[in-house]
Amino acid sequence: MVKKALLALSDGTVFEGYSFGAEGEVCGEVIFNTSLTGYQEILTDPSYRGQIVVMTYPHIGNYGTNHEDVESSRPWVEGFVVKEPCPCPSNFRSEASLDDYLKRYGIVGIAGIDTRALTRHIREEGAMEGVISTIDLDPESLVRKARQLPGLEGRDLVREVTCERPYKWTEGVWEPGRGYTVHCELNYRVVVYDFGVKFNILRNLTSAGCEVTVVPASTPAEEVLKMRPDGVMLSNGPGDPAAVTYAIENIRRLIGRVPIFGICLGHQLLALALGGRTYKLKFGHHGGNHPVMDLKTGKVEITVQNHGFAVDLDSLKGLAELTHINLNDRTVEGLSLKDHPLFSVQYHPEAGPGPHDSTYLFRRFVELMERCG
Amino acid sequence: MPKREDIRRILIIGSGPIVIGQACEFDYSGTQACKALKEEGYRVILINSNPATIMTDPDFADRTYIEPITPEMVEAVIRKERPDALLPTLGGQTALNVAVKLAEEGILDRYGVEMIGASYEAIKKAEDRELFKESMERIGLRVPRSGCARSIDEAMKVLEGIEYPIIIRPSFTLGGTGGNIAYNREEFEEYVRLGLDSSPYREVLIEESLIGWKEFELEVMRDGRDNVVIICSIENLDPMGIHTGDSITVAPAQTLTDKEYQVMRDAALAIIREIGVDTGGSNIQFAVNPEDGRMMVIEMNPRVSRSSALASKATGFPIAKIAAKLAVGYSLDEIPNDITRKTPASFEPTIDYVVVKIPRFAFEKFPEADQTLTTQMKSVGEVMAIGRTFKESLHKAIRSLEIESYGLERRQEEMDRIRERLRTPNWERIWYIGEAMRRGMDVDEIHSLTSIDRWFLDQIRELVLLEESIRIKGDGLDRETLFRAKEWGFSDRYIAALLGLKEEDIRKRREELSIRPVYKRVDTCAAEFEAFTPYLYSSYERPFYKAGEGSGGDCEAQPTERRKVLILGGGPNRIGQGIEFDYCCVHASYALREEGIESIMVNCNPETVSTDYDTSDRLYFEPLTLEDVLNIVEKERPMGVILQFGGQTPLKLAVPLERHGVKVLGTPPDSIDRAEDRERFDQLLEDLGLKRPRSGVARSLEEAERVADLIGYPLMVRPSYVLGGRAMEIVHSREGLLRYISQAVKASPEHPILIDKFLEGAIELDVDAISDGERVVIGGVMEHIEEAGVHSGDSACSLPPYSVREEVVEEVCRQVRLIALELGVRGLINVQFAVINDDVYILEVNPRASRTIPFVSKAIGVPLAKLATKIMIGRSLEELGFTREVIPPYTCVKEAVFPFIKFPGVDTLLGPEMKSTGEVMGVDGTFGKAFAKSQIGAGNTLPSEGKVFISVRDEDKEAIVGVARDLVEAGFTIMATRGTARYLQERLIPAEPVNKVAEGRPHIVDHIKNGEVAMVINTPLGPTSHRDSYSIRRTALIYNVPYFTTIAGAKAAAKAIRAIKREGLDVKALQDYHEILKTAGRTRRV
Repeated sequence: MVKKALLALSDGTVFEGYSFGAEGEVCGEVIFNTSLTGYQEILTDPSYRGQIVVMTYPHIGNYGTNHEDVESSRPWVEGFVVKEPCPCPSNFRSEASLDDYLKRYGIVGIAGIDTRALTRHIREEGAMEGVISTIDLDPESLVRKARQLPGLEGRDLVREVTCERPYKWTEGVWEPGRGYTVHCELNYRVVVYDFGVKFNILRNLTSAGCEVTVVPASTPAEEVLKMRPDGVMLSNGPGDPAAVTYAIENIRRLIGRVPIFGICLGHQLLALALGGRTYKLKFGHHGGNHPVMDLKTGKVEITVQNHGFAVDLDSLKGLAELTHINLNDRTVEGLSLKDHPLFSVQYHPEAGPGPHDSTYLFRRFVELMERCG
Repeated sequence: MPKREDIRRILIIGSGPIVIGQACEFDYSGTQACKALKEEGYRVILINSNPATIMTDPDFADRTYIEPITPEMVEAVIRKERPDALLPTLGGQTALNVAVKLAEEGILDRYGVEMIGASYEAIKKAEDRELFKESMERIGLRVPRSGCARSIDEAMKVLEGIEYPIIIRPSFTLGGTGGNIAYNREEFEEYVRLGLDSSPYREVLIEESLIGWKEFELEVMRDGRDNVVIICSIENLDPMGIHTGDSITVAPAQTLTDKEYQVMRDAALAIIREIGVDTGGSNIQFAVNPEDGRMMVIEMNPRVSRSSALASKATGFPIAKIAAKLAVGYSLDEIPNDITRKTPASFEPTIDYVVVKIPRFAFEKFPEADQTLTTQMKSVGEVMAIGRTFKESLHKAIRSLEIESYGLERRQEEMDRIRERLRTPNWERIWYIGEAMRRGMDVDEIHSLTSIDRWFLDQIRELVLLEESIRIKGDGLDRETLFRAKEWGFSDRYIAALLGLKEEDIRKRREELSIRPVYKRVDTCAAEFEAFTPYLYSSYERPFYKAGEGSGGDCEAQPTERRKVLILGGGPNRIGQGIEFDYCCVHASYALREEGIESIMVNCNPETVSTDYDTSDRLYFEPLTLEDVLNIVEKERPMGVILQFGGQTPLKLAVPLERHGVKVLGTPPDSIDRAEDRERFDQLLEDLGLKRPRSGVARSLEEAERVADLIGYPLMVRPSYVLGGRAMEIVHSREGLLRYISQAVKASPEHPILIDKFLEGAIELDVDAISDGERVVIGGVMEHIEEAGVHSGDSACSLPPYSVREEVVEEVCRQVRLIALELGVRGLINVQFAVINDDVYILEVNPRASRTIPFVSKAIGVPLAKLATKIMIGRSLEELGFTREVIPPYTCVKEAVFPFIKFPGVDTLLGPEMKSTGEVMGVDGTFGKAFAKSQIGAGNTLPSEGKVFISVRDEDKEAIVGVARDLVEAGFTIMATRGTARYLQERLIPAEPVNKVAEGRPHIVDHIKNGEVAMVINTPLGPTSHRDSYSIRRTALIYNVPYFTTIAGAKAAAKAIRAIKREGLDVKALQDYHEILKTAGRTRRV
């Protein structure tokens, strides 16, 4: 009944555990997420394309899975690593166990390993490529496979997760007892570049009174402008921003012509479009407890983070204004321009999962559109 | 924002004695606050009546007032010290209530004292249930339907529109005192009356019960910039209806989706802002309907609470310390996280383990008490365990409880009885759940009986299944199964029991299979950042490896190469083992650090200072069982273990640890055995030519009678197999002896009973001393105020003695020296004596730290536990500069505090079985005033006028005359039962006769209820007629009328009343008392 599984890292480290979710062999960059809750949102976040996610909290799956708590149409993680999955979930909204859910979507998982040891290893050695397998149980062979993996740098993963054609979005944010809400008064037309957008960005825009149209990542700027939007949202997404050259090009053509709000990958792309640089972090920020200071107000927000790349602070000098900073490691968390209506943040004001401290940014975006409208 | 420069002197109010609902967690928070504020350069002024606390050590505050925590006394401190600010949020409900009173009476304004942390308005809004309800409605949150009432009639009006069951709670009490659930009108009326009685404002809250809803708590912090963070989420395993202090709780929350959790988080942020707690921590409780997720707000504590202590230990985030810094103006982002060093405190801790807290009860001390768990807190302590999974953590918590449980042991009752035990909340329910599963009951049925979430039940089910598989495998137990069992927290001892083996066998097998624990760090961040503090817990994790190389588990203990000593803590608080031992352990740790030796603490009590990660060099938050301690010893390889400071818990491990080759520092374990083993003890005394009361052992009824005839009545009888005065009784006659043996304790060859001569009317003396093996120095001689027969922990005592002749005291000291030297004591020793007609008898010898060490240390200004530690590592008393006894020219009185009010139906009489939960200290120039302070501190406030009710048994009549005369001279009138009244009148003392309860109304209980009685003196008539006077004592207790049940207590009270009336009471700082000792302290010849 318990089937063995292995996780091998490119530096030769091997963890032995047991299979859960789908069986098979998958590879990706191994990173850890420190959120205590929200595994279903994490699984379905397209930004995890190309990555194997380790959950640092040992009990995962306690409240099962349901049709509501999703951030896209399906899970995107390459593989899922937990200490102890829960076979018998307990929550009034639960529809299926995590194991069943992963099986349904063919997501390979490994359980029963010392996830804290793995996390510490990644913290010390950096995020690295890894392979989970329930088929090939030869450690040396798996390590070889991990070593051959290309890594995330220079890879455009956006094209793998973006939508094929434009679509309209109408659902608002989730409320207890009501589920996802419906809004009638939509005063601002917003076009969202889908670099791997999380539904919660769309929901938050809708709840803030925006009529949302989502367009594929490669949509030319002119086509977007033709839609006469009040604002453009640059969404989150997976992989190396520098590799998404077409997006950077399009954004450059939008700057100054329409109010822009960038989130995560969208923020990095904006920085690149402004002439800044991005670099890869040692093991990234993935969790829901990072303190970010709004430099204007001096207030601290507890933010949701999910990024492996960051904007180089020095490269922004003279190009943009630093608006938010990460208090843990002093990395760039937000920027804006004085003379153009745009701003962006590295973190996730849409939450899903995580705290709602930064929802105000959606209102700020609406205000920006109002001023420019 | 930088810290405030406009305030310089800050007053901190402590929480007073340990009571149910308010334990040593407030020593932990107060100590942290004192340290944090001193570090910032503020002058810290502290008031706390509890001598057993670390915070009242003279080093922690600049000015330490060990005085009763009443508005009058705090005002006196304010008058003297002129603080700029008062920080009321770190001393529990006691501090908050006093602060509210001071504000309401205009005292704070008068002296220009600013309340920091939480304003008066915020406290009111959070504590006044009506205001709180309005506030919650304003921000769109739901609270249970409810109303307030100040009388039965008002309660009846509130009742309309609320369905049963209904919760009735008194306003402004802690630990839910007087809280109850009524299922019908009769109960409703009864509980309303009880609630009105126990509320200081005579007000009750009546509310819709949410029985069966899930209960959650969030620990929230806010700074002056309005930054708010959640430190920890806690889910109660026990559903609503059981006080959270009595619930098994788990951190983090397990069964909330992120969406639901964020709704709760949003609510918490809104609540702390709406209530307006400016800075600091708050605890907010929520109820969630498991069927549809509806959420209600139950309550909010606008202060650091028991849950804050738990959350601090559970996450590594020091809530009290940070709260203190926020109160003086810092914002969260300006305060570094001590553990990671690099990151600020403005974040939300995330954890990668599970924390389980289990409360510890003491029902064995109160057999008459109703053991059903309700909204009124009944537990006396708690343990916390950390494991990587809930299963591991639960198991570790169970074996931390010190109840001889090492797993989910079987329960033998019939199935019907088990169903009943599942349906009615009780402290053993977790074991009954296991048993029900073993017998095939499914999760759904257990859920419907208990309302415990299926997630928890399912975890237990998996444990029971694994247990079954271990049992089936028997000798064929394979590595994989054994590893899994260890991973899930099974103890060696429990696995051994399943297989019919010894604990040692499993340990050996584990070693052969190299199944050993690894240690992980509590780091606030789930390993995202490096942790610089060795705050550790054990777990069993599967190793990883480099392909082609060997493997190794990931252990973060990283022991140092330094000289180091392991200190074993005291485990959970319970009656007889409280904060005093934690005080000693903490001192041991400080002493080691002073001596340049690494101190390593092992303990499992989250309320304590000892489990603060910066008290010792290293902290292992682990159960105090042989298995867990040996594992740490193997990892750390210390030069020795100190276990004489932690009370019974570690002491039990002395011999087994020594057998495993562990060096026990200080007094050798064999000496401990010589003092505890009855026969060896008798031999010891005989060799030294010392006396003890005559005694014998009986293995049958006949033998008991024979022994009794030989010794002569009255007798002290007790079973030989229990410790701590349990089931001890005094019998005055053959009938009494027969009743004891036939009803209470069966004498048998396996379980003999011990029979001692009871020295009636003897005075007890308690002596603490310290020895380095060469020299013995007396720490203090304490005279008990209650006569022999009352457990030493329950008796008030005076240092120095107030009535015993100096020659007797000298003789007692001589005997202590003899014994200490003979036993080779290296460290502390406590000896108890009974003195009758100047003859000295030894009652007990404890070659270890006693309960009175902190009291004595504070009285004489010498840190005895610290010195004892230094002796254990080889220093001499000479080197340490403590060679002569210090006898203060002032008097210190220790008084015990009892939990009777929490246990309806329990009598308040004192006896050989210890019942107190805590203690207070009164210090003053004379015995009378010191005693008065001790009474006020203990909540037994002495009256200055009015009627005193006296009813005493015949033997006491002669003795009461003086007391009555004193009281009359002090302006009181006497009311007495007919017999006593006549006796007094015959001696020319005016006494108004009053009806006993049986004599028709209005009777004495009516008078007490009508507030006509200012004080009660009532000595019981003997075991059979206890019930007659029971209702008097119980009513006095409920109506908060000071009462005395012993003649000695009454005498002391009369003395105290006269002293107050003559001179009034003033306050003096401990530092000033100690200053006096430098010049005026007497010493006794060595």
